[in-house]
Amino acid sequence: MLSKRIIPCLDVRAGKLTKGVKFQGNIDIGDPVDAARLYYEQGADEIVFYDITASAEGRSILLDVVRRVAERIFIPFSVGGGIRTVEDMRQVILAGAEKVSVNTEAVQNPEIITEGAKAFGSQCIVLGMDVRRTNLGSDIPSGYEMVIHGGRTATGLDALGWAREAERLGAGEICLNSIDADGTQSGYEIDLTRLISSHVGIPVIASGGAGKPEHILEVLTRGEADAALVASMVHYRTHTIEEIKAFLHDRGVAARMHW
Amino acid sequence: MIGIVDYRAGNLTSVARALDYLNESCVITQDFHLLDGASHIIFPGVGAAGQAMANLRQSGLDRHLRRWVQEGKPVLGICLGTQVIFDHSEEGDTPCLGILSGTVRRFRADLQPDGRRLKIPHMGWNRVAFRRDHPVFAGLPETAEFYFVHAFYPAPAEERWAVGWTDYGVRFCSAVARRNLVAVQFHPEKSGRPGLAILANFCRWEGTHAQ
Repeated sequence: MLSKRIIPCLDVRAGKLTKGVKFQGNIDIGDPVDAARLYYEQGADEIVFYDITASAEGRSILLDVVRRVAERIFIPFSVGGGIRTVEDMRQVILAGAEKVSVNTEAVQNPEIITEGAKAFGSQCIVLGMDVRRTNLGSDIPSGYEMVIHGGRTATGLDALGWAREAERLGAGEICLNSIDADGTQSGYEIDLTRLISSHVGIPVIASGGAGKPEHILEVLTRGEADAALVASMVHYRTHTIEEIKAFLHDRGVAARMHW
Repeated sequence: MIGIVDYRAGNLTSVARALDYLNESCVITQDFHLLDGASHIIFPGVGAAGQAMANLRQSGLDRHLRRWVQEGKPVLGICLGTQVIFDHSEEGDTPCLGILSGTVRRFRADLQPDGRRLKIPHMGWNRVAFRRDHPVFAGLPETAEFYFVHAFYPAPAEERWAVGWTDYGVRFCSAVARRNLVAVQFHPEKSGRPGLAILANFCRWEGTHAQ
């Protein structure tokens, strides 16, 4: 039986973590390579790096981070943020990432999904979706709208329609982030996750709102997510990956318990 | 020296990085002379069976792979490398290398007992029930899981070649072995410690095993 994945997400700017990761004794770790290694040791099933630098210089620092991570951790990891072309994808994949994620770029230029899938296979292409609940009476059928530029720009695009379209174009996985829940630590957006996950044939990673293990349990069961992204709750050491997995395992959710 | 067969089927550097970590020297190459000189051959790959077979034929590596297996060199297939070892793949109805008899089938997106559709590809961590006596799979904890990403799976003609089984809607063969050949559907190079253990076992293996 396939295990549900727990995936820590690390935000990187110019090669440094934007939020420190705290470990034993609350030592702040600013190096994404060390943080990735520690999560690997704790049993993370995969790691997501999200690069929030835009400059060319920042990009080459990021590629160096990706190379150093690939030498030291032997689980899959993905890199997103600022990937605009197939050549950007190639550089990140050759540096050692398994997957690349595209978000704003894919909304503006959907062909990048197809081109990326052709060049590297669908399993490499993750569609990142930032989604916001719409107000009553809007003309978005699913009630959820795609937003881009980190949540600053509304697109008028129906989230469910876009998810299905991206699957058709060749996306191999969806990382679904609720802008409404993001950063609240009060739980994932369950209805949104179930809506998308039950209408596509590719895996869905739920993102945004994780604050305690119960939230993760809920999104993996009632929300029908295949994987859960976690950030603050593990970065600030309120919870560890090990503890989250033990919690899930004890409640009958398939989780990888040996690493 | 471990030879990693480069036939332009995806990024092969992750296998090389895992071997570096294990202090095993390796070379990624399409040059069969260099591969002739290697003690062990790793045959990885991601992508589509049709393109992989076209590349193998065009480079002539298809003949050399058959030869290395015949000559008794230890060979490890990974993912797509494992699939094209068989006679035929349902992926694009592709005739393959025929080193092992059997076919490669697609997961069916039927409704599961819980009423949900099986997501394809099979992507993530899953257990492998190994036959305990093969040296390459020795010493692995029973609860170890391995990283999979694939939409097709091997169905060997002879059940005795199957040395590992995995459940995903269907119970499929995730590891095969015959004489000096072992082949796995999962990615040992991305499966944490248990995966690295398999690669380390393979690098120490002489290619002999009582079947």
